[in-house]
Amino acid sequence: MDDTILEMRRITKTFPGVTALEDVNLAVRRGEIHAICGENGAGKSTLMKVLSGVHPTGSYDGEILFEGKPMQFRGIRDSEANGIVIIHQELALVPYLSIAENLFLGNERRGRGGLIDWNRANADAAELLASVGLHENPVTPVIQLGVGKQQLVEIAKALSKKVRLLILDEPTAALNEVDSAHLLDLLRQLRDQGITCIMISHKLNEITAIADSTTVIRDGRTVETLDMRADEVTQGRIIRGMVGRDLDSFYPDRESSPGAEVFRIEDWTVRHPVQDRMVVEGVGLSVRAGEVVGIAGLMGAGRTELAMSVFGRSYGRDVSGRLFMHGREVHARTVTEAIDHGIAYVTEDRKRFGLNLIDDVRRNVSAAALARLSRLGWVNGNEEIKVAEQSRREMNIKAPSVMAVVGKLSGGNQQKVVLSKWLFTDPDVLILDEPTRGIDVGAKYEIYTIINRLVADGKAVIIISSELPELLGMCDRIYTLAAGRITGELPAGEATQESLMELMTKDKELIG
Amino acid sequence: MTSTKTPSTERPTPPDGTPAAALHTGTSDLRALVLNNLRQSGIYVALVVIVALFAVLTDGVSLSPGNITNVVLQYSYILVLAIGMVILIIGGHIDLSVGSVVALTGAVSAVLVIQQGYPWWVGILAALVVGVAVGAWHGFWVAYVGIPAFIVTLAGMLLFRGLTLRVLDNISLSPFPAEYQRVAAGFLNGLLGGQGYDAFTLLIGAVAVAGYAVSGFRTRVARIRYQQPVESFPLFVARVAVVGAVIMYFAWQLAHARGLPIVLIVLAVLVLVYGLLTRRTVFGRQVYAIGGNLSAAALSGVKVRTVNFWMFVNMGFLAAVAGVIYSSRSNGAQPAAGNMFELDAIAAAFIGGAAVTGGVGTVVGAMVGGLIMAVMSNGMQLMGVDQSTQSVVKGLVLLVAVAFDVYNKRRAGTAR
Repeated sequence: MDDTILEMRRITKTFPGVTALEDVNLAVRRGEIHAICGENGAGKSTLMKVLSGVHPTGSYDGEILFEGKPMQFRGIRDSEANGIVIIHQELALVPYLSIAENLFLGNERRGRGGLIDWNRANADAAELLASVGLHENPVTPVIQLGVGKQQLVEIAKALSKKVRLLILDEPTAALNEVDSAHLLDLLRQLRDQGITCIMISHKLNEITAIADSTTVIRDGRTVETLDMRADEVTQGRIIRGMVGRDLDSFYPDRESSPGAEVFRIEDWTVRHPVQDRMVVEGVGLSVRAGEVVGIAGLMGAGRTELAMSVFGRSYGRDVSGRLFMHGREVHARTVTEAIDHGIAYVTEDRKRFGLNLIDDVRRNVSAAALARLSRLGWVNGNEEIKVAEQSRREMNIKAPSVMAVVGKLSGGNQQKVVLSKWLFTDPDVLILDEPTRGIDVGAKYEIYTIINRLVADGKAVIIISSELPELLGMCDRIYTLAAGRITGELPAGEATQESLMELMTKDKELIG
Repeated sequence: MTSTKTPSTERPTPPDGTPAAALHTGTSDLRALVLNNLRQSGIYVALVVIVALFAVLTDGVSLSPGNITNVVLQYSYILVLAIGMVILIIGGHIDLSVGSVVALTGAVSAVLVIQQGYPWWVGILAALVVGVAVGAWHGFWVAYVGIPAFIVTLAGMLLFRGLTLRVLDNISLSPFPAEYQRVAAGFLNGLLGGQGYDAFTLLIGAVAVAGYAVSGFRTRVARIRYQQPVESFPLFVARVAVVGAVIMYFAWQLAHARGLPIVLIVLAVLVLVYGLLTRRTVFGRQVYAIGGNLSAAALSGVKVRTVNFWMFVNMGFLAAVAGVIYSSRSNGAQPAAGNMFELDAIAAAFIGGAAVTGGVGTVVGAMVGGLIMAVMSNGMQLMGVDQSTQSVVKGLVLLVAVAFDVYNKRRAGTAR
């Protein structure tokens, strides 16, 4: 009875050292909206990249059947020629080109002599825009549109390619409620016109509202496909599928005995640097000495933005709120001031924001606290070497010497260098943003051990992580963040992955 | 990646860090020293080869006392510019305006000293003030407004050339009083006597060698105390001996010509000061950090704007020093003075191992790069090679030097 438009069978995709997808199956019926759910890193985006030819045929195992025929896409052009179009989370529009130019980029409306027929292009563009309900002049540069409207331009662009299967990766992640609602309406319209949609989303309320089927992926495997029309599937039901795994004894034990409060923020609010929306709104949280506090939140919840705005206003504008260290209100308007007040922020992206990759271990370790090694502006190079050597020993950084170039070290050792750098500033509170991202299991355990050693020394630690087991295994308390607001605070002993996930997917209107 | 030392796996090693490896000394050091410093040692080798090549091609004329003195006098201002330029390039910037600034500072000085009759030192002081002001102007636009240095200094190149014409009223001014001329054409000679040679020059040379040896030895002792790897002792002695021999030969030749050029003293002091500034001070470190990874530097508490600003002020100051030397050497100010100097300074920095992407480079490297250019130009002039060929050769050398650098980096596996 089912008319299947797409079937992906036993898809296995490995990257060097990592199996991203293992035996994944996916069947999508014609004319439905099919949601794909899973935690960050579960393999959703990888699966869609396999489908759209970003990962070309031959780089994965398994087969793709589209309209009943086996497909071998060598690139994104192949999949688009068959009517499969993917819209990525980061929109792929050229900001300074007009709407019409973007719509027909690579697919220009040609007239006589191979020149572009702009009249026809703009007329066609106007028609496409009308079909997605966007009332803008086609010659408007895309940069003048808001994110919501840019998203619509992307969909119009897909329609211009005679799309039959539209893939949307987190389409509403950057949108406000009004734009999100508008987008979901449009998806329903497209479905009624016979266009099949696959939608990756973290927002479970949207999925329960719009999806006809939901496939849950966990750790690179298909867990289940739920028929949303047949039976009443609740958000809780989906969450159980997403997180259903055991918390392994992967985390070193720690005696927890929190002391006095070290760090507190109140009513912390941050506006997006260019867009007119709040990224963090009215957040309050605190950490005590010898305590590990977790911040759980999905991508786009404002975790990193919160941390960076606290750390010397390194993110956003109109940062407001009060910051207390040891119960006393302080101001950290620059990174230097934040460091002076004993705050350290270990970035989630060590290569871009954490390290000078072309320089050696020694100078990376000293970079944030050179003042401690210098007098009257002169650096004591020998003391510097001693400090770096000490870090190398204590953190067990596997490098031939402290003169080794950081770019050549493995991810785990690079992370230890970043940690060393911030420990050398002698902070009272460490904000660790995804401290174990992209490093292997052994190094993860070492990082956890280091964290435990720090809190034993009376430091306060905040861990931001996408991995819920990590938060449950390491933290004393966990805050959940959704859409820039704190939606819950749980002692780790009482929290479960399900309860956290529920709080993390709470949307604004549910908070009240 | 051919090195076997690279830690590609996370296999546990003894946690004590095995100091045995750190104290290891032996014959493999020479190879390691050369290989590890291929980018740096490459240009030293290139300089030696080029000096030797022209010595042969010119039948030794290029190494004659008179010619060595000439090379120093002729290219000193380019080397001064290259010091500031390499610092900017390390920080991820560039300065296209230095030629115009050389002209403007020389012109200001000439107007004050030649036209208005002020004493020679007023002219020098005024030139330096103008240079610093120009640097502050560039620094303001780059650091605080956020315009790329390429654009700001391109504008500066036109702007300050125009101002030069204005200041000089489109005519050349000449001559400077004798005191002013001594800056670039003066020598310290006969202070200690000597027969047919200048003993003072030799003494300064000897002092330089001794300073090199003592500071090298102190560094070595400190490193051993901190359990850091050092080159083997014979190798250390050999290095000091070779460098000492080169310096003494150089001093010997100068002593048999006109003595110690004043401009060489200025240059030596600048190289020493800026060498230390870049390697040993917080400011120097921050320049490297900004060029290496701007975002990481900002998140480590480096005041990026302030550092960028002072980098440009410094360039303006050094451009003024070069302007004084050049006007002194040419004994006047001309509207077209300093044309294309910026390109020679930039070429010196890149030949000397600076990276186009920033974060890499040394003052000493830029000096060697500048000397390579200087020796080549001078050698070709001695051979009577025409201007067009000289230009072609210099262009190719620049290209090959940077290509070699890129190749090296890719081989080292750090190309990003």
